[in-house]
Amino acid sequence: MKKQIKLKVNGFEYDVWIKTHWTLLDVLRDEIGLMGTKKGCDRGECGACTVIMNGEAILSCLVLATQCRGKEILTIEGLARDAKLDPLQDAFVKHGAIQCGFCTPGMIMASRALLNKTPHPTVEEIRRGLSGNLCRCTGYIKIIAAVQKASTTEEHR
Amino acid sequence: MKEGYVNIGKRLPRIDGIVKATGEAKFAGDLSLAGMLHAKILRSPYPHARLLHIHTDKAKRLSGVRAVVTGKETVGFKAGGISATGDEPYLALDKVRFIGDAVAAVAAIDEETAEEALDLIEVEYEELPAVLDPVAAMKQEAPLIHDHAPLNISFKTDLSYGDVDKAFRECDYVREDRFETAPIRHGFIEPHAALASWDRSGRLSFWGSKQSPYFTYRNMAKALNIPLSRIRVVQPYIGGGFGGKNEMFNVDFCAALLSRKTGRPVKIVVSQEEVLFAYRQRHPTIIDLKTGLKKDGTLQAVEAHIIADGGAYLSIGALSLYLMCAFFCIPYRLPNMKAKGYRVYTNTQPSCAMRGHGVPQSRFAAEVQLDIAAKEMGLDSIDIRLKNALKPGETTPNGFKITSCGLEESIMESKRIIARWIEEKPKDGDKKKKSGIGIGCYGYVSGPRMAGHNTAGAVIKVHEDGGISLFTGSTDVGQGSDTVLSQIAAEVLGARLEDIRYGMVDSDITPLDPGTFGSRVTFITGNAVRIAAEDVRNQLAEVAANTLEANPKDIVFKDRKVYVAGSLDRSMPFSKLVKIAQYSGTGKTIIGRGYWAPEGLEVPNFETGRGNMSAAYSFGTQVAEVEADTDTGMIKVIRMAMIHDCGQPINEMLMEGQLEGSAIGGVGHTLTEEIIRKEGQTMNASLLEYRIPTTVDACRMEIYHTETRDDLGPFGAKESGEGIQVAVVPAIVNAIYDAIGVPFKRIPVTPDVVLNALKGKGQKEV
Repeated sequence: MKKQIKLKVNGFEYDVWIKTHWTLLDVLRDEIGLMGTKKGCDRGECGACTVIMNGEAILSCLVLATQCRGKEILTIEGLARDAKLDPLQDAFVKHGAIQCGFCTPGMIMASRALLNKTPHPTVEEIRRGLSGNLCRCTGYIKIIAAVQKASTTEEHR
Repeated sequence: MKEGYVNIGKRLPRIDGIVKATGEAKFAGDLSLAGMLHAKILRSPYPHARLLHIHTDKAKRLSGVRAVVTGKETVGFKAGGISATGDEPYLALDKVRFIGDAVAAVAAIDEETAEEALDLIEVEYEELPAVLDPVAAMKQEAPLIHDHAPLNISFKTDLSYGDVDKAFRECDYVREDRFETAPIRHGFIEPHAALASWDRSGRLSFWGSKQSPYFTYRNMAKALNIPLSRIRVVQPYIGGGFGGKNEMFNVDFCAALLSRKTGRPVKIVVSQEEVLFAYRQRHPTIIDLKTGLKKDGTLQAVEAHIIADGGAYLSIGALSLYLMCAFFCIPYRLPNMKAKGYRVYTNTQPSCAMRGHGVPQSRFAAEVQLDIAAKEMGLDSIDIRLKNALKPGETTPNGFKITSCGLEESIMESKRIIARWIEEKPKDGDKKKKSGIGIGCYGYVSGPRMAGHNTAGAVIKVHEDGGISLFTGSTDVGQGSDTVLSQIAAEVLGARLEDIRYGMVDSDITPLDPGTFGSRVTFITGNAVRIAAEDVRNQLAEVAANTLEANPKDIVFKDRKVYVAGSLDRSMPFSKLVKIAQYSGTGKTIIGRGYWAPEGLEVPNFETGRGNMSAAYSFGTQVAEVEADTDTGMIKVIRMAMIHDCGQPINEMLMEGQLEGSAIGGVGHTLTEEIIRKEGQTMNASLLEYRIPTTVDACRMEIYHTETRDDLGPFGAKESGEGIQVAVVPAIVNAIYDAIGVPFKRIPVTPDVVLNALKGKGQKEV
């Protein structure tokens, strides 16, 4: 049996019909069509599905869609504003922090949540903040550097 | 570096960076078509069993199910990597051979229904004794996994050059050790996914996460028994491969088969858990190694006996075994060598290529043994490597012709780095923590020469606004080749990187290509792109020469303009030139074509090892500094340095990314990663329990490259980023040896292994 709920994603309200056991990840991808949030493991181990809910980075594969009613959800698609990349997206592109790109949306959303709370993180804080997001391609070095660079350019925003 | 390049050697952001950063890049699992069904695969719960009967009626009757397929509905094609005789059906025929072997597949209106239907399929199995240990598998009394393979041997190599026995007799120092490596994962985060759509004209369109799409193109035709021309394989963005997405898999086949049966598009996305227990791994090995040296440290002879656990099927294992054995001949001068290799079937996940392909296992053994030897002989571990390092112009006994080679330079540079690191070491550190520095060297291929198709092709089309379209048959699985190839085209045509539009593989349009493996794309496809761009340049130079009243040879392409050499005022924009070419008179269609493969290479014989694997070998030295906590047994890699001979880097930023990722992957291989199995069942089929490195494992990294330029490589470039993983493992193990005095002969070196070794130290060797 499906039921109707309202979800607020990237500033827009969506009326979606869902089954109560569906996760936010599945609803974002299959019902709303936001495919930028990736399904890597579907059990909270890889971080590829990270989105921001009410300012907190969450794993959308571990949250039921019904738990998200009344919450503000931000996905990778909502990050660039007025056709302008978020400083983190820009830094990831410019500083070589992207390779295959599958972990990238989750990595950027986790970084966004980190910088929102800690605008000038140390390398150690970045490491800890992103330790739940797996990447096999980059060895993380350029990702950590990109987050640091973004944290300095954001002052001028 | 040669001066004057606009694109080559520059730190340019990758061309697909923005669409990947915004989440717009579509991977196979993100695709959908109208009316699409979703499918799931039923897998064997037994490591070895005869398939008696599959009852699918109940599953078919479930509401929402559209089709169920089993091996009975196939033509029985068996895949076999690069071997002529296949052994791996995409859906089990008579037997299942490991836990995870595909038995049936269901297409339904959604994934949930497909999954529910799997539970309704009843399979009657007759359990057979499982063969789980490769040594036991080779015993006379062991049950056979494949009837055609006595002693369960799937492939054998026997390399022998020089007179090994005589050489050992004349050596001042000989030692023998047994080394072991554990099975590990490729570790890509994007699970295998495929979307297939069969139309009523009998044509199949296929989108899949394939790093070498043309393998799937050919095998799909054979497995479905249809002409190749009825198949179109299209490449979406690919979420990492590392060797684990080369071959066509059951996920690809089942999507196509179910689409044919239902007349609807069918998508299958496997779960990460399935990736981890039901697909590929790196070959675990047991390597008995004997090395002999003169007292001055000159290497005289190596004798190796390798047992590689190939799992249930051959896959690409013949090549893997050849590489493990033949690469003892590189990077050191070795006049006498013998290597016998056995790739053995067991009832576990099949083993295949993975970053460094076979070489990480044997190089780990050789480099660690060399350090033990150096220490016992009282020689310096750097000097011993320098003494034996191959030089440009040498030929190895098995036939590798060394052309450009910066190995000596890289070893000498490592000496300076180590001296500096020792100086920087804190003098009064924590007594419980012991630090050490180790090195390892490697040599690797820039594209392997194998029997069959080797050529890369490129097509370039120009647009009247000055834009340039580039098509090749090569895939970018994250390594950045789309960008590197575009840089090459831009450089030749005097354009900028942003002028190039790169078209990903579409077998209807793009040139045939072997695939993305063996570090071949920059070197081989890069040359094809260079030639295609030169073809365009020649065509346009004719037009420009006419208009500017000059000789075509004197037309220079630079800064989005063409001009006559020596007279800058006789020039016009590139876009205007294209327009003139297309519009004036009868008009011209400017399309450039290029194809390239190295000429005259002797194709290696996988059984005897003879042949020249590549037209250019890359070399390098890896340095690692570790800290060993003697209380907890934890090893922490503090920093690493790599001095790398990759010829002329095309894009330094992307190249660094490749090296860093490869090195951190090597840290996992050395310290944490191991697939744990119990009676054939994978016990850590999750990314939580199978631990790949995270941000906290990313250590400091220093990257240098030697001043080498390869004559054949495009703009002088060679392999980069794959070979280094070969040297990372021994560099770390040798650093641990330096720190605590224990040379570990099995990887991974986990904390419990370290603690046990420290307890037993002094009484026995580890």
